Amino acid sequence: MKLVVIGNGMVGHKLLEQLTAQAVPDLEITVLCEESRPAYDRVHLSSYFSGTSAEELSLVTPNFFEQDNLLLKLNTKGVAIDRAARVVVTSNGERVTYDKLVLATGSYPFVPPVPGRDRPGCLVYRTIEDLEAMTDWGKKSKVGVVIGGGLLGLECAKALTDMGLVTHVVEFAPRLMAVQIDDGGGRVLRNKIEALGVTVHTQRNTLEIVDGSGMGIGGRHAMKFADGSQLETDMIVFSAGIRPRDELARVSGLEMGERGGIKVDKNCLTSDANIYAIGECALSGGKIYGLVAPGYEMARVVAQHISGSGAEFNGADMSTKLKLMGVDVASIGDAHAATPGSRCYVFTDERKQIYKKMVTSADGKELIGAVLVGEASEYGTLLQMMLNRMPLPESPEFLILPSSDGLAKPGLGVDALPDSAQICSCNDVSKGALCAAVEGGARTVGELKSCTKAGTSCGGCVALVTQIMKSELKRQGVAVNNHLCEHFAYSRQELYHLVRVHKIRSFRDLVHQHGSGLGCDICKPAVASILASCWNEFVLSKPNAALQDSNDYFLGNIQKDGTYSIIPRIAGGEITPQGLIVIGQVAQKYGLYTKITGGQRIDMFGAQVHQLPAIWRELTDAGFESGHAYGKALRTVKSCVGSTWCRYGMLDSVSMALKIEHRYKGLRSPHKLKSAVSGCTRECAEAQSKDFGVIATEKGWNLYVCGNGGMKPRHAELLAGDLDDETLIRYLDRFLMFYIRTADRLQRTSVWRDNMEGGLDYLKDVIVNDSLGIGAELESEMASIVDSYEDEWKKAIDDPETLKRFRSFVNSDAGDNNVVFVQERGQIRPATADEKKSRFKGIPVVEAEA
Amino acid sequence: MDGGSLGIAAAEWVCVCAADDIWPNIGVCALVRNNQIAVFRLQDGDGVDHYYAIDNYDPQSDANVLSRGLTGSLGGRKVVASPIYKQHYDLVTGECLEDASQPVRAYAVRVDGGKIWVAV
Repeated sequence: MKLVVIGNGMVGHKLLEQLTAQAVPDLEITVLCEESRPAYDRVHLSSYFSGTSAEELSLVTPNFFEQDNLLLKLNTKGVAIDRAARVVVTSNGERVTYDKLVLATGSYPFVPPVPGRDRPGCLVYRTIEDLEAMTDWGKKSKVGVVIGGGLLGLECAKALTDMGLVTHVVEFAPRLMAVQIDDGGGRVLRNKIEALGVTVHTQRNTLEIVDGSGMGIGGRHAMKFADGSQLETDMIVFSAGIRPRDELARVSGLEMGERGGIKVDKNCLTSDANIYAIGECALSGGKIYGLVAPGYEMARVVAQHISGSGAEFNGADMSTKLKLMGVDVASIGDAHAATPGSRCYVFTDERKQIYKKMVTSADGKELIGAVLVGEASEYGTLLQMMLNRMPLPESPEFLILPSSDGLAKPGLGVDALPDSAQICSCNDVSKGALCAAVEGGARTVGELKSCTKAGTSCGGCVALVTQIMKSELKRQGVAVNNHLCEHFAYSRQELYHLVRVHKIRSFRDLVHQHGSGLGCDICKPAVASILASCWNEFVLSKPNAALQDSNDYFLGNIQKDGTYSIIPRIAGGEITPQGLIVIGQVAQKYGLYTKITGGQRIDMFGAQVHQLPAIWRELTDAGFESGHAYGKALRTVKSCVGSTWCRYGMLDSVSMALKIEHRYKGLRSPHKLKSAVSGCTRECAEAQSKDFGVIATEKGWNLYVCGNGGMKPRHAELLAGDLDDETLIRYLDRFLMFYIRTADRLQRTSVWRDNMEGGLDYLKDVIVNDSLGIGAELESEMASIVDSYEDEWKKAIDDPETLKRFRSFVNSDAGDNNVVFVQERGQIRPATADEKKSRFKGIPVVEAEA
Repeated sequence: MDGGSLGIAAAEWVCVCAADDIWPNIGVCALVRNNQIAVFRLQDGDGVDHYYAIDNYDPQSDANVLSRGLTGSLGGRKVVASPIYKQHYDLVTGECLEDASQPVRAYAVRVDGGKIWVAV
């Protein structure tokens, strides 16, 4: 079957994903995309202004369009449909035949017919090209106005403030987000938005836009309102709603709605049985759905219909939860209490600026709507109650009232939800599917996310997904056992607290008081790390040494042949010519293989135990210290060259990287820690792939956390922006100590974050807002670690007792004769097993230095 | 202190080091007639020392590394974990807990006059 899809927006792309996942046989798909790039995330468009690149917004997985049956034509519009011949004519004049055609042409921003709307600097907000135009105009502007105070308008206002403009929002209706929330909610939202520095003008009807008094920046335009007032601005963005892109369907004679939109039936078929329409261009049941979730649902329906099953689109719930300029806003069902006889519960906290309203049916038995502004943690619970028509509890007001004892209020018992309850609406994942995944072995939220896709789009359902997982695990009798190992019936986090609270300083005491047996290779290094994080005593002291795994025990990285590699600290990747010469000389003298690491350092391979002290002596004499490449500790803080040299650099990234690396070097943590500092948003240091990364902006440092490269890449997320040096370090102190306190053994920050209830918002609360009141404590714990730093290599070679252990044999100065090297590309490498058998090829065993 | 053995007849006792050369709960490697033997000192809950000896060669990684592994107990057994791929070896019998087909040799050990003796 030849399928043509016109439009590669979010919904059009979802259709392609569904179809390729179903692997419909003999399907050839041609995709026409009028934009210059394939599908990207329009929902998170405003993040472009806080540093997300166009590439990062892309929704296309690598190699997606390389599939055989898929042909993508970019910069290509469908301009006519010959329905009789089943041919689409493209803007290139090409004729593409189809058996089935899907229109996923989306919508365009509505620009009210105000005279002056086409003046230079009057823009719209929909595509990445629009964003680029906004960026250009933003540079030439001091003041910006958004016309439209709806969801997109407020997103757009955030973009303007991110660019540093004095920002106004002009709304025709009496309140913001008039469609989704009521007057009370609108009032709170307005206060919150105005507190962020955005001026809100409601009930303003723009009559015309004319020349402003400024001759350039600072009053390029003047907007004249119906009430006689006016507002001067440099740029204007229209965000006054959307209109379906239905012109192609219209000229092709498909049946249209009276006010636009392509009429479709329950299978999303238009009046032509070979043509579907989905997403914002489609009119289903008299409605245009301007949210992504219903669009995705239509895409699923069409994918199934094409492959022969009879799925239907029966309308969609338009409930939504979002964060506008950092303010939580949620709207559920009948938010305006328009249902006859409906009754409301309202709670307002004017001090904290929180507004919550529930709407119940006339008999008070069911929830039919809700509005949450300022705090929306009840969203998941309330939405499920409405969707599943669950009976309200005796005193429903407690669902939205803050609990008086400060404890979390009892949420919705997830057990009460039917299996059919849709938990993730973005990806259509039901409670039943989640439970099945748990039954199939998923044990963490991360695993559930990857096998069901629940919570991977907007993330609004993650709290609920977590509850369902826990309840299901319990129901299936799976004890959620996070005991460290057979010797300790505690999690790492619990052990950490035991060590801190009881001031335990040795493994012996800990296992004696809180464990059993002799310990093992799981608990010993974990406890060693906890002891180091808490008390920072020498890792090779007599009691501590026996806890370290081979890497920490020999302060190097063990390789497959039992030799070690040595990485001196090269903070920030900055090294003097003399430093390079020393490393070269040491490597040459001891016959080591050298390689540049991914972290801007130099690794020297092939040293035997008995050679380590002499090598360290030479390195430390030249001013080097341990790079802790062997430890679950801070590894490296990469940096770009920064403003010192680079013509684009905003701040001195090298100095900051040095500062960070020297502050946290040697810090023992649940797993290794990597970091980077970039001097501008070009991000040459790749800070967003690190456990914590710092990017310079015009206004200070942006701090990103919980990223990861390696096995499971994950972009770091913005924890806080525009920080000065001091605040950056303070947040880092808190972040790192909080991670050390609460993470599991060998849990990188990315996994820690994925498993954190409340996610990034919670982390921000703890670190930035100090919601747990532990900020000062974390900082002082960090300060004591920083103050007690000592170079472990130096400490080892200066201590005769420790030094004694650095021999290959307790009774001989010889080296290991099973360590055999051969030459390759001018350096050594370990001999293979075959090469070892014919020894003559190898280099003779290195005898120990006298 | 008898660490047990795999029934080696006509053993000869060789002195490898002083008892104090091995820190508690750590292994060392002794070179005995060109054979590498890992010798361990484990302290029990009462602070009493026990000594064990097995091959230093780890058949799973083809490297001489077992003396550098972490010691401990699994169930009732005293074990060392290879530092390369983390298989556990029983210090008394030399059995590999993860792969019974790849045992290492275990040697009898005794302490005499503050010295460690291994039967080879």
